[in-house]
Amino acid sequence: MERRLRGFAHKYGKNVDTDVIIPGKYCNLVDPAELGKHALEGLDPEYAVRMKPGDIVVADTNFGCGSSREVAPIALKGAGTAAVIAKSFARIFYRNALNIGLPIFESVEAVDGIETGDELEVDSTAGTVRNLSKGTSYKAVAFPPFMQSLIEAGGLKPYVERRLAEKKSG
Amino acid sequence: MGMTLTEKILARHAGLERVEPGQIINARVDLVLANELSAAVSIGVMRSIAGADRVFDPEKIALVEDHFVPAKDAQSANLAKMMKDFAREQNVKHFYDVGRGGIEHVVLPEEGLIAPGEAIVGGDSHTCTFGALGAFATGMGSTDIAAAFILGEVWLRVPPTIKIVYRGKLREMVFAKDLMLQTIGMLGIDGATYCAIEFHGPTVDELSITGRITMANMAIEAGAKNGIFHADAKTIAYVRERTSREFVVERADGDAAYQRVVEIDVDRLEPQIACPHTPDNVRSVTEVTREDIPLDQVFIGSCTNGYIEDLRVVAAMLAGKKIASNLRVIVNPGSQAVWMQAAEEGILTTLAGAGCAVNTPGCGACFGGHMGTLGDGERCLSTTNRNYVGRMGSPKAEVYLGSPATCAASALTGKITDPRIVSAVGV
Repeated sequence: MERRLRGFAHKYGKNVDTDVIIPGKYCNLVDPAELGKHALEGLDPEYAVRMKPGDIVVADTNFGCGSSREVAPIALKGAGTAAVIAKSFARIFYRNALNIGLPIFESVEAVDGIETGDELEVDSTAGTVRNLSKGTSYKAVAFPPFMQSLIEAGGLKPYVERRLAEKKSG
Repeated sequence: MGMTLTEKILARHAGLERVEPGQIINARVDLVLANELSAAVSIGVMRSIAGADRVFDPEKIALVEDHFVPAKDAQSANLAKMMKDFAREQNVKHFYDVGRGGIEHVVLPEEGLIAPGEAIVGGDSHTCTFGALGAFATGMGSTDIAAAFILGEVWLRVPPTIKIVYRGKLREMVFAKDLMLQTIGMLGIDGATYCAIEFHGPTVDELSITGRITMANMAIEAGAKNGIFHADAKTIAYVRERTSREFVVERADGDAAYQRVVEIDVDRLEPQIACPHTPDNVRSVTEVTREDIPLDQVFIGSCTNGYIEDLRVVAAMLAGKKIASNLRVIVNPGSQAVWMQAAEEGILTTLAGAGCAVNTPGCGACFGGHMGTLGDGERCLSTTNRNYVGRMGSPKAEVYLGSPATCAASALTGKITDPRIVSAVGV
Protein backbone atom coordinates (compact mmCIF):
# COMPACT_ATOMS: atom_id res chain seq x y z
CA MET A 1 0.00 0.00 0.00
CA GLU A 2 1.27 3.51 -0.85
CA ARG A 3 2.27 5.24 2.33
CA ARG A 4 1.11 8.72 1.34
CA LEU A 5 -2.12 9.21 -0.54
CA ARG A 6 -3.15 12.59 -1.87
CA GLY A 7 -6.41 13.48 -3.55
CA PHE A 8 -9.66 15.39 -3.45
CA ALA A 9 -12.61 14.38 -1.28
CA HIS A 10 -16.02 13.20 -2.55
CA LYS A 11 -18.33 13.14 0.44
CA TYR A 12 -21.48 11.01 0.88
CA GLY A 13 -23.95 10.18 3.65
CA LYS A 14 -24.53 7.13 5.81
CA ASN A 15 -25.33 3.53 4.76
CA VAL A 16 -23.71 3.72 1.32
CA ASP A 17 -24.67 0.15 0.38
CA THR A 18 -23.01 -2.20 -2.10
CA ASP A 19 -26.04 -2.00 -4.43
CA VAL A 20 -25.26 1.66 -5.10
CA ILE A 21 -21.47 1.14 -5.07
CA ILE A 22 -21.83 -1.36 -7.93
CA PRO A 23 -25.41 -2.17 -9.05
CA GLY A 24 -26.23 -5.89 -9.40
CA LYS A 25 -26.48 -5.74 -13.18
CA TYR A 26 -22.71 -5.14 -13.39
CA CYS A 27 -21.79 -8.00 -11.06
CA ASN A 28 -20.99 -10.27 -14.01
CA LEU A 29 -18.11 -7.96 -15.00
CA VAL A 30 -14.62 -9.00 -13.93
CA ASP A 31 -12.29 -6.32 -15.31
CA PRO A 32 -11.56 -3.74 -12.56
CA ALA A 33 -11.39 -0.90 -15.11
CA GLU A 34 -14.82 -1.85 -16.54
CA LEU A 35 -16.27 -2.13 -13.04
CA GLY A 36 -14.65 1.21 -12.21
CA LYS A 37 -16.72 2.95 -14.92
CA HIS A 38 -19.81 2.18 -12.81
CA ALA A 39 -18.40 2.87 -9.33
CA LEU A 40 -21.02 4.53 -7.11
CA GLU A 41 -23.37 4.71 -10.11
CA GLY A 42 -26.48 4.06 -8.04
CA LEU A 43 -25.73 7.00 -5.75
CA ASP A 44 -23.77 9.45 -7.88
CA PRO A 45 -23.76 8.52 -11.59
CA GLU A 46 -21.20 11.27 -12.27
CA TYR A 47 -18.62 10.01 -9.75
CA ALA A 48 -16.64 7.86 -12.19
CA VAL A 49 -16.61 10.71 -14.71
CA ARG A 50 -15.85 13.54 -12.31
CA MET A 51 -13.27 11.92 -10.07
CA LYS A 52 -9.54 12.00 -10.78
CA PRO A 53 -7.39 8.96 -9.99
CA GLY A 54 -6.12 9.37 -6.45
CA ASP A 55 -9.34 10.95 -5.15
CA ILE A 56 -10.76 9.83 -1.83
CA VAL A 57 -14.32 8.79 -0.95
CA VAL A 58 -15.51 10.13 2.41
CA ALA A 59 -18.74 8.85 3.98
CA ASP A 60 -20.72 8.68 7.18
CA THR A 61 -21.49 5.45 9.13
CA ASN A 62 -21.92 1.87 7.86
CA PHE A 63 -20.16 2.26 4.50
CA GLY A 64 -20.50 -0.83 2.29
CA CYS A 65 -23.51 -2.44 3.97
CA GLY A 66 -25.49 -5.15 2.18
CA SER A 67 -24.15 -7.74 -0.21
CA SER A 68 -20.79 -9.54 0.08
CA ARG A 69 -19.86 -8.68 -3.52
CA GLU A 70 -16.13 -8.17 -3.64
CA VAL A 71 -16.60 -6.25 -6.88
CA ALA A 72 -17.76 -3.29 -4.72
CA PRO A 73 -14.28 -2.37 -3.42
CA ILE A 74 -12.79 -3.59 -6.74
CA ALA A 75 -15.01 -1.09 -8.63
CA LEU A 76 -13.96 1.78 -6.36
CA LYS A 77 -10.31 0.86 -6.76
CA GLY A 78 -10.75 0.22 -10.49
CA ALA A 79 -12.08 3.77 -10.91
CA GLY A 80 -8.87 5.06 -9.32
CA THR A 81 -10.22 5.75 -5.83
CA ALA A 82 -7.18 5.90 -3.54
CA ALA A 83 -8.96 5.32 -0.23
CA VAL A 84 -12.27 5.42 1.63
CA ILE A 85 -12.59 7.31 4.89
CA ALA A 86 -15.81 6.62 6.81
CA LYS A 87 -17.17 6.90 10.34
CA SER A 88 -17.67 3.11 10.28
CA PHE A 89 -17.75 0.21 7.82
CA ALA A 90 -20.02 -2.80 7.38
CA ARG A 91 -18.03 -5.91 8.26
CA ILE A 92 -17.92 -7.83 4.96
CA PHE A 93 -16.92 -4.69 3.02
CA TYR A 94 -14.21 -4.00 5.62
CA ARG A 95 -12.60 -7.41 5.08
CA ASN A 96 -13.04 -7.24 1.30
CA ALA A 97 -11.43 -3.81 1.03
CA LEU A 98 -8.37 -4.93 2.99
CA ASN A 99 -8.20 -8.19 1.04
CA ILE A 100 -8.15 -6.49 -2.37
CA GLY A 101 -5.91 -3.63 -1.26
CA LEU A 102 -8.29 -0.67 -1.11
CA PRO A 103 -7.07 1.42 1.85
CA ILE A 104 -9.85 2.26 4.32
CA PHE A 105 -9.80 4.48 7.37
CA GLU A 106 -12.26 4.92 10.20
CA SER A 107 -12.46 8.44 11.64
CA VAL A 108 -15.48 10.32 12.92
CA GLU A 109 -13.59 13.60 13.23
CA ALA A 110 -12.16 13.38 9.72
CA VAL A 111 -15.58 12.79 8.19
CA ASP A 112 -17.11 15.65 10.20
CA GLY A 113 -14.28 17.98 9.19
CA ILE A 114 -14.09 17.19 5.47
CA GLU A 115 -16.23 18.64 2.69
CA THR A 116 -16.46 17.60 -0.96
CA GLY A 117 -13.62 19.20 -2.88
CA ASP A 118 -11.19 19.41 0.07
CA GLU A 119 -7.69 18.26 -0.79
CA LEU A 120 -6.55 15.48 1.54
CA GLU A 121 -3.29 13.80 2.33
CA VAL A 122 -3.45 10.45 4.12
CA ASP A 123 -0.47 8.86 5.80
CA SER A 124 -1.56 5.24 5.75
CA THR A 125 1.15 4.04 8.12
CA ALA A 126 0.55 6.66 10.77
CA GLY A 127 -3.23 6.61 10.20
CA THR A 128 -3.43 10.40 9.91
CA VAL A 129 -5.53 12.46 7.54
CA ARG A 130 -4.48 16.03 6.72
CA ASN A 131 -7.02 18.37 5.23
CA LEU A 132 -4.81 20.61 3.10
CA SER A 133 -7.70 22.86 2.13
CA LYS A 134 -8.67 23.60 5.74
CA GLY A 135 -5.27 23.23 7.39
CA THR A 136 -6.55 20.65 9.88
CA SER A 137 -5.59 17.08 10.61
CA TYR A 138 -7.38 14.06 12.02
CA LYS A 139 -6.48 10.68 13.45
CA ALA A 140 -7.93 7.41 12.10
CA VAL A 141 -8.77 4.48 14.37
CA ALA A 142 -5.84 2.04 14.43
CA PHE A 143 -6.42 -1.39 12.90
CA PRO A 144 -6.60 -4.26 15.40
CA PRO A 145 -3.12 -5.85 15.74
CA PHE A 146 -4.05 -8.97 13.74
CA MET A 147 -5.33 -6.91 10.82
CA GLN A 148 -2.28 -4.66 10.99
CA SER A 149 -0.06 -7.75 10.68
CA LEU A 150 -2.11 -8.94 7.67
CA ILE A 151 -1.73 -5.55 6.00
CA GLU A 152 2.00 -5.45 6.73
CA ALA A 153 2.43 -8.97 5.33
CA GLY A 154 0.92 -7.72 2.05
CA GLY A 155 -2.67 -8.90 2.47
CA LEU A 156 -4.46 -12.22 2.78
CA LYS A 157 -2.66 -14.01 -0.08
CA PRO A 158 0.80 -14.11 1.54
CA TYR A 159 -0.93 -15.12 4.79
CA VAL A 160 -2.63 -18.05 3.02
CA GLU A 161 0.65 -19.08 1.37
CA ARG A 162 2.32 -19.16 4.78
CA ARG A 163 -0.54 -21.14 6.41
CA LEU A 164 -0.53 -23.58 3.50
CA ALA A 165 3.21 -24.13 3.87
CA GLU A 166 2.75 -24.67 7.64
CA LYS A 167 0.00 -27.23 7.01
CA LYS A 168 1.97 -29.09 4.36
CA SER A 169 5.02 -29.31 6.59
CA GLY A 170 3.30 -30.42 9.63
CA MET B 1 -18.65 -17.13 32.77
CA GLY B 2 -20.31 -19.32 30.15
CA MET B 3 -20.44 -18.99 26.41
CA THR B 4 -23.17 -18.06 23.92
CA LEU B 5 -24.23 -20.51 21.21
CA THR B 6 -22.01 -18.81 18.62
CA GLU B 7 -19.03 -18.79 21.00
CA LYS B 8 -19.51 -22.51 21.74
CA ILE B 9 -19.48 -23.44 18.05
CA LEU B 10 -16.53 -21.19 17.26
CA ALA B 11 -14.50 -22.47 20.23
CA ARG B 12 -14.92 -26.07 19.08
CA HIS B 13 -13.99 -25.19 15.50
CA ALA B 14 -10.93 -23.31 16.70
CA GLY B 15 -9.86 -26.19 18.94
CA LEU B 16 -10.09 -24.00 22.03
CA GLU B 17 -11.69 -24.51 25.45
CA ARG B 18 -13.31 -21.11 25.27
CA VAL B 19 -13.38 -17.94 23.20
CA GLU B 20 -14.35 -14.38 24.05
CA PRO B 21 -15.88 -11.59 21.95
CA GLY B 22 -13.17 -9.67 20.10
CA GLN B 23 -10.75 -12.59 20.09
CA ILE B 24 -9.20 -13.44 16.69
CA ILE B 25 -9.38 -17.15 15.96
CA ASN B 26 -8.64 -19.58 13.15
CA ALA B 27 -11.78 -21.64 12.76
CA ARG B 28 -12.06 -24.89 10.84
CA VAL B 29 -15.07 -24.88 8.51
CA ASP B 30 -17.41 -27.76 7.67
CA LEU B 31 -18.60 -26.33 4.35
CA VAL B 32 -17.56 -23.53 2.00
CA LEU B 33 -20.20 -22.17 -0.38
CA ALA B 34 -19.97 -20.02 -3.49
CA ASN B 35 -22.18 -19.06 -6.43
CA GLU B 36 -21.08 -18.35 -9.99
CA LEU B 37 -20.40 -14.67 -9.27
CA SER B 38 -18.42 -15.07 -6.06
CA ALA B 39 -16.74 -18.31 -7.20
CA ALA B 40 -15.42 -16.75 -10.40
CA VAL B 41 -13.45 -14.19 -8.38
CA SER B 42 -12.40 -16.81 -5.78
CA ILE B 43 -11.09 -19.14 -8.49
CA GLY B 44 -8.96 -16.32 -9.92
CA VAL B 45 -7.57 -15.57 -6.45
CA MET B 46 -6.86 -19.25 -5.80
CA ARG B 47 -4.95 -19.53 -9.09
CA SER B 48 -2.72 -16.65 -8.01
CA ILE B 49 -1.71 -18.25 -4.70
CA ALA B 50 1.50 -20.22 -4.82
CA GLY B 51 1.09 -23.89 -3.99
CA ALA B 52 -2.71 -23.78 -3.95
CA ASP B 53 -3.56 -26.38 -6.58
CA ARG B 54 -6.34 -28.23 -4.78
CA VAL B 55 -9.30 -27.36 -2.56
CA PHE B 56 -8.88 -28.59 1.02
CA ASP B 57 -11.66 -31.18 0.71
CA PRO B 58 -13.80 -31.65 -2.44
CA GLU B 59 -16.66 -33.01 -0.30
CA LYS B 60 -16.84 -29.80 1.76
CA ILE B 61 -17.30 -27.31 -1.05
CA ALA B 62 -20.72 -26.40 -2.47
CA LEU B 63 -20.96 -24.50 -5.77
CA VAL B 64 -24.40 -23.34 -6.88
CA GLU B 65 -25.35 -21.55 -10.09
CA ASP B 66 -28.08 -19.15 -9.06
CA HIS B 67 -27.46 -15.46 -9.70
CA PHE B 68 -27.71 -14.85 -13.46
CA VAL B 69 -29.54 -18.09 -14.30
CA PRO B 70 -30.36 -19.33 -16.85
CA ALA B 71 -27.38 -17.35 -18.18
CA LYS B 72 -28.43 -13.80 -18.96
CA ASP B 73 -25.71 -13.20 -21.54
CA ALA B 74 -22.36 -14.55 -22.74
CA GLN B 75 -20.49 -12.88 -19.88
CA SER B 76 -22.73 -14.58 -17.28
CA ALA B 77 -22.47 -17.88 -19.13
CA ASN B 78 -18.68 -17.60 -19.01
CA LEU B 79 -18.73 -17.16 -15.22
CA ALA B 80 -20.99 -20.20 -14.83
CA LYS B 81 -18.73 -22.19 -17.14
CA MET B 82 -15.67 -21.18 -15.15
CA MET B 83 -17.30 -22.51 -11.96
CA LYS B 84 -18.44 -25.71 -13.65
CA ASP B 85 -14.96 -26.37 -15.06
CA PHE B 86 -13.46 -25.72 -11.61
CA ALA B 87 -15.95 -28.10 -9.99
CA ARG B 88 -14.96 -30.81 -12.46
CA GLU B 89 -11.22 -30.18 -12.14
CA GLN B 90 -11.38 -30.28 -8.33
CA ASN B 91 -13.94 -33.14 -8.12
CA VAL B 92 -16.26 -30.88 -6.10
CA LYS B 93 -19.03 -33.16 -4.91
CA HIS B 94 -21.78 -30.61 -4.37
CA PHE B 95 -22.06 -28.76 -7.67
CA TYR B 96 -25.55 -27.62 -8.69
CA ASP B 97 -26.18 -26.69 -12.30
CA VAL B 98 -29.30 -24.87 -13.47
CA GLY B 99 -32.31 -27.17 -13.21
CA ARG B 100 -30.76 -29.30 -10.49
CA GLY B 101 -30.43 -26.87 -7.62
CA GLY B 102 -31.89 -23.41 -7.23
CA ILE B 103 -31.02 -20.60 -4.83
CA GLU B 104 -27.95 -21.64 -2.80
CA HIS B 105 -29.47 -20.86 0.62
CA VAL B 106 -32.63 -22.81 -0.20
CA VAL B 107 -30.76 -25.76 -1.70
CA LEU B 108 -28.14 -26.46 0.97
CA PRO B 109 -30.50 -27.09 3.92
CA GLU B 110 -32.81 -29.10 1.62
CA GLU B 111 -29.90 -31.29 0.54
CA GLY B 112 -28.80 -32.05 4.10
CA LEU B 113 -25.57 -30.09 3.75
CA ILE B 114 -26.21 -28.04 6.89
CA ALA B 115 -26.44 -29.52 10.40
CA PRO B 116 -26.55 -28.08 13.93
CA GLY B 117 -23.22 -27.09 15.46
CA GLU B 118 -21.45 -26.80 12.11
CA ALA B 119 -19.49 -23.80 10.82
CA ILE B 120 -20.17 -22.62 7.28
CA VAL B 121 -18.78 -19.73 5.28
CA GLY B 122 -20.17 -18.62 1.94
CA GLY B 123 -19.44 -16.12 -0.78
CA ASP B 124 -22.83 -14.51 -0.37
CA SER B 125 -24.03 -12.24 2.41
CA HIS B 126 -27.16 -14.33 3.01
CA THR B 127 -25.09 -17.33 4.09
CA CYS B 128 -26.32 -16.35 7.57
CA THR B 129 -29.56 -18.18 6.58
CA PHE B 130 -28.11 -21.49 7.84
CA GLY B 131 -28.16 -20.27 11.44
CA ALA B 132 -31.80 -21.36 11.34
CA LEU B 133 -30.56 -24.94 11.85
CA GLY B 134 -28.28 -24.11 14.79
CA ALA B 135 -25.12 -23.71 12.71
CA PHE B 136 -22.66 -20.81 12.70
CA ALA B 137 -22.82 -19.40 9.18
CA THR B 138 -21.52 -16.13 7.77
CA GLY B 139 -21.02 -14.42 4.43
CA MET B 140 -17.64 -13.28 3.15
CA GLY B 141 -16.10 -11.86 0.00
CA SER B 142 -14.39 -13.89 -2.67
CA THR B 143 -10.79 -13.57 -1.45
CA ASP B 144 -11.75 -14.87 2.01
CA ILE B 145 -13.69 -17.68 0.32
CA ALA B 146 -10.65 -18.54 -1.81
CA ALA B 147 -8.63 -18.82 1.42
CA ALA B 148 -11.31 -21.12 2.86
CA PHE B 149 -11.33 -23.26 -0.34
CA ILE B 150 -7.60 -23.78 0.12
CA LEU B 151 -7.16 -23.99 3.88
CA GLY B 152 -10.51 -25.24 5.15
CA GLU B 153 -10.30 -22.57 7.81
CA VAL B 154 -10.93 -18.85 8.16
CA TRP B 155 -9.73 -16.17 10.52
CA LEU B 156 -12.60 -14.64 12.45
CA ARG B 157 -13.14 -12.09 15.14
CA VAL B 158 -15.46 -13.70 17.71
CA PRO B 159 -18.61 -11.57 17.65
CA PRO B 160 -20.40 -10.32 20.76
CA THR B 161 -23.92 -11.78 20.88
CA ILE B 162 -27.23 -9.93 21.05
CA LYS B 163 -29.95 -12.13 22.55
CA ILE B 164 -33.47 -11.46 21.32
CA VAL B 165 -36.35 -13.08 23.20
CA TYR B 166 -39.76 -13.20 21.51
CA ARG B 167 -42.86 -13.81 23.61
CA GLY B 168 -46.49 -14.13 22.66
CA LYS B 169 -48.50 -15.63 19.84
CA LEU B 170 -48.45 -14.37 16.26
CA ARG B 171 -51.89 -13.24 15.11
CA GLU B 172 -53.54 -14.39 11.93
CA MET B 173 -51.74 -13.20 8.77
CA VAL B 174 -48.64 -12.28 10.79
CA PHE B 175 -45.56 -14.34 9.88
CA ALA B 176 -41.87 -14.81 10.60
CA LYS B 177 -41.16 -12.18 7.93
CA ASP B 178 -43.16 -9.58 9.85
CA LEU B 179 -41.35 -10.52 13.05
CA MET B 180 -37.96 -10.07 11.40
CA LEU B 181 -38.86 -6.83 9.64
CA GLN B 182 -39.99 -5.44 12.98
CA THR B 183 -36.73 -6.62 14.57
CA ILE B 184 -34.60 -4.96 11.87
CA GLY B 185 -36.65 -1.77 12.19
CA MET B 186 -35.93 -1.78 15.89
CA LEU B 187 -32.21 -2.62 15.66
CA GLY B 188 -31.47 -0.45 12.60
CA ILE B 189 -29.41 -1.55 9.60
CA ASP B 190 -26.17 -1.21 11.51
CA GLY B 191 -27.65 -2.10 14.91
CA ALA B 192 -26.01 -5.52 15.00
CA THR B 193 -22.85 -4.83 12.99
CA TYR B 194 -20.08 -7.32 13.90
CA CYS B 195 -22.51 -9.11 16.27
CA ALA B 196 -24.19 -12.48 16.43
CA ILE B 197 -27.96 -12.47 16.91
CA GLU B 198 -29.25 -15.38 19.02
CA PHE B 199 -33.01 -15.87 18.61
CA HIS B 200 -34.91 -17.12 21.65
CA GLY B 201 -38.36 -17.42 23.16
CA PRO B 202 -41.64 -19.30 22.91
CA THR B 203 -42.72 -17.46 19.75
CA VAL B 204 -39.74 -18.67 17.73
CA ASP B 205 -39.92 -22.13 19.32
CA GLU B 206 -43.34 -22.37 17.66
CA LEU B 207 -42.02 -21.31 14.24
CA SER B 208 -41.45 -23.88 11.51
CA ILE B 209 -37.93 -24.42 10.14
CA THR B 210 -38.93 -22.27 7.16
CA GLY B 211 -39.99 -19.43 9.46
CA ARG B 212 -36.64 -19.60 11.26
CA ILE B 213 -34.87 -19.61 7.89
CA THR B 214 -36.68 -16.40 6.93
CA MET B 215 -35.51 -14.74 10.15
CA ALA B 216 -31.88 -15.94 10.14
CA ASN B 217 -31.66 -14.98 6.46
CA MET B 218 -32.24 -11.31 7.29
CA ALA B 219 -29.78 -11.06 10.21
CA ILE B 220 -27.34 -9.41 7.78
CA GLU B 221 -29.95 -6.69 7.19
CA ALA B 222 -29.14 -5.45 10.71
CA GLY B 223 -25.42 -5.77 9.89
CA ALA B 224 -24.98 -9.00 11.89
CA LYS B 225 -22.21 -11.50 11.27
CA ASN B 226 -24.62 -14.37 11.90
CA GLY B 227 -28.10 -15.11 13.19
CA ILE B 228 -28.67 -18.35 15.07
CA PHE B 229 -31.41 -20.48 16.62
CA HIS B 230 -30.95 -23.37 19.05
CA ALA B 231 -31.59 -26.70 17.38
CA ASP B 232 -34.67 -28.43 18.82
CA ALA B 233 -36.66 -31.57 18.02
CA LYS B 234 -38.01 -29.92 14.85
CA THR B 235 -34.48 -29.10 13.68
CA ILE B 236 -33.17 -32.58 14.41
CA ALA B 237 -36.09 -34.17 12.55
CA TYR B 238 -35.55 -31.85 9.56
CA VAL B 239 -31.82 -32.60 9.38
CA ARG B 240 -32.16 -36.35 10.06
CA GLU B 241 -34.54 -36.68 7.09
CA ARG B 242 -31.74 -35.40 4.91
CA THR B 243 -28.42 -36.73 6.21
CA SER B 244 -26.97 -39.49 8.36
CA ARG B 245 -23.86 -37.40 9.10
CA GLU B 246 -22.83 -37.04 12.75
CA PHE B 247 -23.25 -33.57 14.29
CA VAL B 248 -22.93 -31.97 17.70
CA VAL B 249 -25.85 -29.95 19.04
CA GLU B 250 -24.51 -27.04 21.09
CA ARG B 251 -26.43 -24.93 23.61
CA ALA B 252 -25.65 -21.51 25.04
CA ASP B 253 -24.64 -21.70 28.70
CA GLY B 254 -27.10 -20.38 31.27
CA ASP B 255 -24.55 -17.83 32.41
CA ALA B 256 -23.42 -16.76 28.93
CA ALA B 257 -22.53 -13.09 28.59
CA TYR B 258 -24.59 -11.16 26.05
CA GLN B 259 -23.83 -7.71 24.71
CA ARG B 260 -27.50 -6.98 25.32
CA VAL B 261 -30.81 -8.74 25.72
CA VAL B 262 -33.84 -7.47 23.82
CA GLU B 263 -37.38 -8.61 24.72
CA ILE B 264 -40.09 -8.42 22.08
CA ASP B 265 -43.77 -9.01 22.77
CA VAL B 266 -45.50 -10.13 19.57
CA ASP B 267 -49.12 -10.41 20.74
CA ARG B 268 -50.10 -7.12 19.11
CA LEU B 269 -47.73 -7.29 16.15
CA GLU B 270 -49.30 -6.38 12.81
CA PRO B 271 -48.01 -7.24 9.33
CA GLN B 272 -44.93 -5.10 8.70
CA ILE B 273 -43.60 -3.34 5.60
CA ALA B 274 -40.06 -2.06 4.96
CA CYS B 275 -40.49 1.12 2.93
CA PRO B 276 -37.94 2.55 0.45
CA HIS B 277 -34.93 2.66 0.58
CA THR B 278 -33.54 0.72 3.55
CA PRO B 279 -34.68 -2.55 5.18
CA ASP B 280 -34.95 -0.82 8.57
CA ASN B 281 -37.48 1.78 7.34
CA VAL B 282 -40.23 -0.42 8.77
CA ARG B 283 -43.85 0.54 9.47
CA SER B 284 -47.00 -1.42 10.21
CA VAL B 285 -49.28 -2.22 7.29
CA THR B 286 -51.99 -0.08 8.92
CA GLU B 287 -49.73 2.94 8.83
CA VAL B 288 -48.48 2.28 5.29
CA THR B 289 -51.97 1.74 3.85
CA ARG B 290 -53.31 5.06 5.19
CA GLU B 291 -52.53 6.30 1.70
CA ASP B 292 -52.91 4.40 -1.56
CA ILE B 293 -49.62 2.99 -2.81
CA PRO B 294 -50.29 1.52 -6.27
CA LEU B 295 -47.87 -1.13 -7.49
CA ASP B 296 -46.35 -2.08 -10.85
CA GLN B 297 -44.90 -5.39 -9.71
CA VAL B 298 -45.23 -7.93 -6.92
CA PHE B 299 -42.37 -10.35 -6.51
CA ILE B 300 -42.64 -13.59 -4.54
CA GLY B 301 -39.55 -15.70 -4.02
CA SER B 302 -35.86 -15.45 -2.95
CA CYS B 303 -33.78 -17.08 -0.21
CA THR B 304 -36.01 -15.22 2.29
CA ASN B 305 -39.44 -16.36 1.15
CA GLY B 306 -39.12 -18.76 -1.78
CA TYR B 307 -40.17 -21.87 0.18
CA ILE B 308 -43.12 -24.21 -0.28
CA GLU B 309 -44.84 -22.83 2.84
CA ASP B 310 -44.65 -19.35 1.34
CA LEU B 311 -46.09 -20.48 -1.99
CA ARG B 312 -48.92 -22.32 -0.20
CA VAL B 313 -49.94 -19.10 1.57
CA VAL B 314 -49.92 -17.17 -1.70
CA ALA B 315 -51.78 -19.88 -3.64
CA ALA B 316 -54.48 -20.13 -0.98
CA MET B 317 -55.11 -16.39 -1.27
CA LEU B 318 -55.04 -16.25 -5.09
CA ALA B 319 -56.96 -19.47 -5.78
CA GLY B 320 -59.78 -18.87 -8.26
CA LYS B 321 -59.03 -15.13 -8.43
CA LYS B 322 -57.23 -12.81 -10.80
CA ILE B 323 -54.46 -10.38 -9.96
CA ALA B 324 -55.22 -6.68 -10.47
CA SER B 325 -54.88 -5.43 -14.04
CA ASN B 326 -52.43 -2.63 -13.20
CA LEU B 327 -49.58 -4.88 -12.12
CA ARG B 328 -47.57 -8.00 -12.93
CA VAL B 329 -46.73 -10.71 -10.41
CA ILE B 330 -43.53 -12.71 -10.70
CA VAL B 331 -43.18 -15.88 -8.64
CA ASN B 332 -39.85 -17.58 -8.25
CA PRO B 333 -39.86 -20.88 -6.35
CA GLY B 334 -36.59 -21.03 -4.38
CA SER B 335 -35.32 -24.35 -5.65
CA GLN B 336 -36.01 -27.13 -8.08
CA ALA B 337 -37.41 -29.19 -5.20
CA VAL B 338 -39.77 -26.36 -4.17
CA TRP B 339 -40.81 -25.93 -7.81
CA MET B 340 -41.60 -29.65 -8.15
CA GLN B 341 -43.48 -29.77 -4.85
CA ALA B 342 -45.49 -26.71 -5.92
CA ALA B 343 -46.23 -28.39 -9.24
CA GLU B 344 -47.43 -31.56 -7.51
CA GLU B 345 -49.72 -29.59 -5.22
CA GLY B 346 -51.19 -27.68 -8.15
CA ILE B 347 -49.80 -24.40 -6.81
CA LEU B 348 -48.06 -23.44 -10.05
CA THR B 349 -51.31 -23.87 -11.98
CA THR B 350 -53.22 -21.82 -9.40
CA LEU B 351 -50.68 -19.01 -9.60
CA ALA B 352 -50.42 -19.04 -13.39
CA GLY B 353 -54.22 -19.14 -13.58
CA ALA B 354 -54.41 -16.00 -11.45
CA GLY B 355 -52.12 -14.24 -13.91
CA CYS B 356 -48.73 -14.69 -12.25
CA ALA B 357 -45.56 -15.35 -14.24
CA VAL B 358 -43.85 -18.35 -12.67
CA ASN B 359 -40.09 -18.41 -13.22
CA THR B 360 -37.37 -20.95 -12.74
CA PRO B 361 -35.50 -20.74 -9.39
CA GLY B 362 -32.82 -18.06 -9.13
CA CYS B 363 -31.68 -14.83 -7.46
CA GLY B 364 -31.97 -12.59 -10.54
CA ALA B 365 -34.96 -10.40 -9.72
CA CYS B 366 -33.97 -9.77 -6.09
CA PHE B 367 -30.66 -8.10 -6.94
CA GLY B 368 -31.66 -6.40 -10.19
CA GLY B 369 -29.81 -8.98 -12.26
CA HIS B 370 -32.53 -10.20 -14.61
CA MET B 371 -35.92 -11.99 -14.75
CA GLY B 372 -37.96 -9.21 -13.13
CA THR B 373 -35.94 -5.99 -13.22
CA LEU B 374 -37.77 -2.74 -12.44
CA GLY B 375 -37.92 0.28 -14.77
CA ASP B 376 -37.78 4.02 -13.99
CA GLY B 377 -40.48 5.15 -11.59
CA GLU B 378 -41.83 1.62 -11.05
CA ARG B 379 -42.90 0.44 -7.62
CA CYS B 380 -42.62 -3.14 -6.36
CA LEU B 381 -43.74 -4.99 -3.24
CA SER B 382 -41.43 -7.92 -2.72
CA THR B 383 -40.86 -10.84 -0.35
CA THR B 384 -37.09 -10.35 -0.73
CA ASN B 385 -34.62 -8.95 1.81
CA ARG B 386 -33.24 -5.63 0.50
CA ASN B 387 -34.75 -2.45 -0.89
CA TYR B 388 -31.75 -0.17 -1.37
CA VAL B 389 -31.77 2.35 -4.23
CA GLY B 390 -31.44 0.41 -7.47
CA ARG B 391 -31.57 -2.96 -5.74
CA MET B 392 -34.11 -4.45 -8.16
CA GLY B 393 -33.17 -2.43 -11.23
CA SER B 394 -33.62 1.27 -11.95
CA PRO B 395 -32.31 3.65 -9.26
CA LYS B 396 -35.57 5.52 -9.89
CA ALA B 397 -37.69 2.52 -8.82
CA GLU B 398 -39.09 1.94 -5.32
CA VAL B 399 -39.04 -1.39 -3.47
CA TYR B 400 -41.21 -2.23 -0.46
CA LEU B 401 -40.63 -5.47 1.48
CA GLY B 402 -43.37 -7.59 3.05
CA SER B 403 -44.54 -11.12 3.75
CA PRO B 404 -45.87 -13.48 1.06
CA ALA B 405 -49.40 -12.93 2.45
CA THR B 406 -49.09 -9.14 2.20
CA CYS B 407 -47.76 -9.58 -1.34
CA ALA B 408 -50.66 -11.88 -2.30
CA ALA B 409 -53.25 -9.46 -0.88
CA SER B 410 -51.62 -6.57 -2.72
CA ALA B 411 -51.49 -8.56 -5.97
CA LEU B 412 -55.28 -8.83 -5.84
CA THR B 413 -55.94 -5.14 -5.23
CA GLY B 414 -53.05 -3.62 -7.19
CA LYS B 415 -51.88 -1.54 -4.24
CA ILE B 416 -50.23 -2.27 -0.90
CA THR B 417 -52.94 -4.04 1.09
CA ASP B 418 -53.40 -5.46 4.58
CA PRO B 419 -53.64 -9.25 4.17
CA ARG B 420 -56.06 -9.44 7.11
CA ILE B 421 -58.67 -7.52 5.12
CA VAL B 422 -58.37 -9.83 2.11
CA SER B 423 -58.50 -12.97 4.24
CA ALA B 424 -61.57 -11.70 6.10
CA VAL B 425 -63.73 -10.51 3.22
CA GLY B 426 -62.08 -11.85 0.09
CA VAL B 427 -61.49 -9.63 -2.93
